[in-house]
Amino acid sequence: MTIKLYDIAHSRAGDKGNTLTLSLIPYKPEDYPLLCEKVTADAVSHHFRDLVLGEITRYELPNLPALQFVCQQALSGGVTTSLTIDTHGKSLSYALLEMVIDNDL
Amino acid sequence: MNKSIRIGCGAGFSGDRLEPAVILTQQGQLDYLVLECLAERTIALAQKRKQQNPALGYDPLLERRIDRLLPSLLANKVRLITNMGAANPLAAAQVIVGIARRLALSVTVAVVTGDDVVDQLTGDEISLEMSQPVQEAGPLISANAYLGADAILPALATGADIILTGRVADPSLFVAPMVHEFGWSLDDADRIGQATVIGHLLECAGQLTGGYFADPSRKDIPDMAHLGHPFADVSADGTAVFSKVDGTGGSLNVATAKEQLLYEVMDPGRYLTPDVVADFTKVRLEEIGPNQVKATGGQGQSRPSTVKVSVGYNAGFVGEGEISYAGSNALGRAKLAGAIIQERLQDRFTDLRIDYMGTTSVHRTNFGDHPDPYEVRLRVAGKASTPEQAALVGEEVEALYTNGPAGGGGARKYVHEVVGIVSTLLDRDKTNPQVTLFQS
Repeated sequence: MTIKLYDIAHSRAGDKGNTLTLSLIPYKPEDYPLLCEKVTADAVSHHFRDLVLGEITRYELPNLPALQFVCQQALSGGVTTSLTIDTHGKSLSYALLEMVIDNDL
Repeated sequence: MNKSIRIGCGAGFSGDRLEPAVILTQQGQLDYLVLECLAERTIALAQKRKQQNPALGYDPLLERRIDRLLPSLLANKVRLITNMGAANPLAAAQVIVGIARRLALSVTVAVVTGDDVVDQLTGDEISLEMSQPVQEAGPLISANAYLGADAILPALATGADIILTGRVADPSLFVAPMVHEFGWSLDDADRIGQATVIGHLLECAGQLTGGYFADPSRKDIPDMAHLGHPFADVSADGTAVFSKVDGTGGSLNVATAKEQLLYEVMDPGRYLTPDVVADFTKVRLEEIGPNQVKATGGQGQSRPSTVKVSVGYNAGFVGEGEISYAGSNALGRAKLAGAIIQERLQDRFTDLRIDYMGTTSVHRTNFGDHPDPYEVRLRVAGKASTPEQAALVGEEVEALYTNGPAGGGGARKYVHEVVGIVSTLLDRDKTNPQVTLFQS
């Protein structure tokens, strides 16, 4: 069975220059291992292939638990010079939550 | 030592709402109120205002905020720390003194300067973003170093009611009063790491209490219209309990705190500020009561020997135009309009963006198949070197009324000047923070 990340996790987007940060926080801590397994940096790079030109790094925070994705060259130049509507990429948390994963470990 | 101090954050960006800070000051029993009003680009825009009028260049909402807050700040002995000085903290202090005189109040303002390092910049410094000299980006407007808590401490030591700064790292606005009150050493990296966690959680104000979080039925937040801003009770051992004023709207819980803890964090194990390289990976967040979250476990390593400098440059102009199509084949007509505009403007713009709002404009893509929307708004944006060239975009979009597809309505056009930002590093020794006092 497949599920959308939106069904099991929440996210907040942040920006520094042309770099986008995205947290991914499971509503239930017991879903954290599933996120670690399925939502790899490679999987997110594939999901964001039309948006993120640079490398995506994943950080694991088992204490919270949460994942943090740092996406380089993600904001069409960044808040100050981008021609896009959402120059900060503030809405892109919900682009991550559109990702579909297999719901089995 | 059993004492704790209470620090509130009443603004998380320049345009933030005024009322939550008023409520915090009147009812929050605060020791300190922080107003964080300087985003990456805000100070370069402020510098441009200062170039046009040397008496300006401070936060545009300074007068309104101080007018509302000053009487209750003084009556309740709440000390204000704010970066609303922006590009001109000395002029901002004079404005505050003027407001105090008009209200017959006695106030002391300590101004922290030294962040403006434009005179020290040669332009040859290497930009962190482009790996080439910063002057390659465009004509330079401003250069401001991120000062740290060490620059604010002497201002706090004067006993002033208001501490006014320009560019300071956001968490340092909070780290400074903790260090001042508890006598912590700035070399105690774990202590300063925890203080930085506290500052980071508070610095965006409403983003800790349900703002930028609410999602109906999934992440419900009560009474968003009266969203309260947060405060933290900090103990001498660095433990912090975050909460908000009773009766205000919003929620402060472990979920809102987790989102904010990771907000804009480029490496959770190495969060760089002028005060410390903070480690967020061991942070524990516990809900200890309704709207009460305890945070412990922030750590750190010694502060960097360099400070970040934010460099503003003139990046030309952007022209925009929008027009809407609705009903049957709205997307088809909008796309025809987009194709017409592309053909009419492509020779005059190297960088032109055409968006279909309602489909792929916000995420620049969409994921999967979606039914066509009932209405679509065409948006066109182009970069230009002059305002006249930028205006062509909106003029061509507006002309679609009579020279484009059927049923176009609600055209709008805009031109704005663009300020770009790049960053570079400066040796900490090259900054020279100073404190100047003003009294009403």
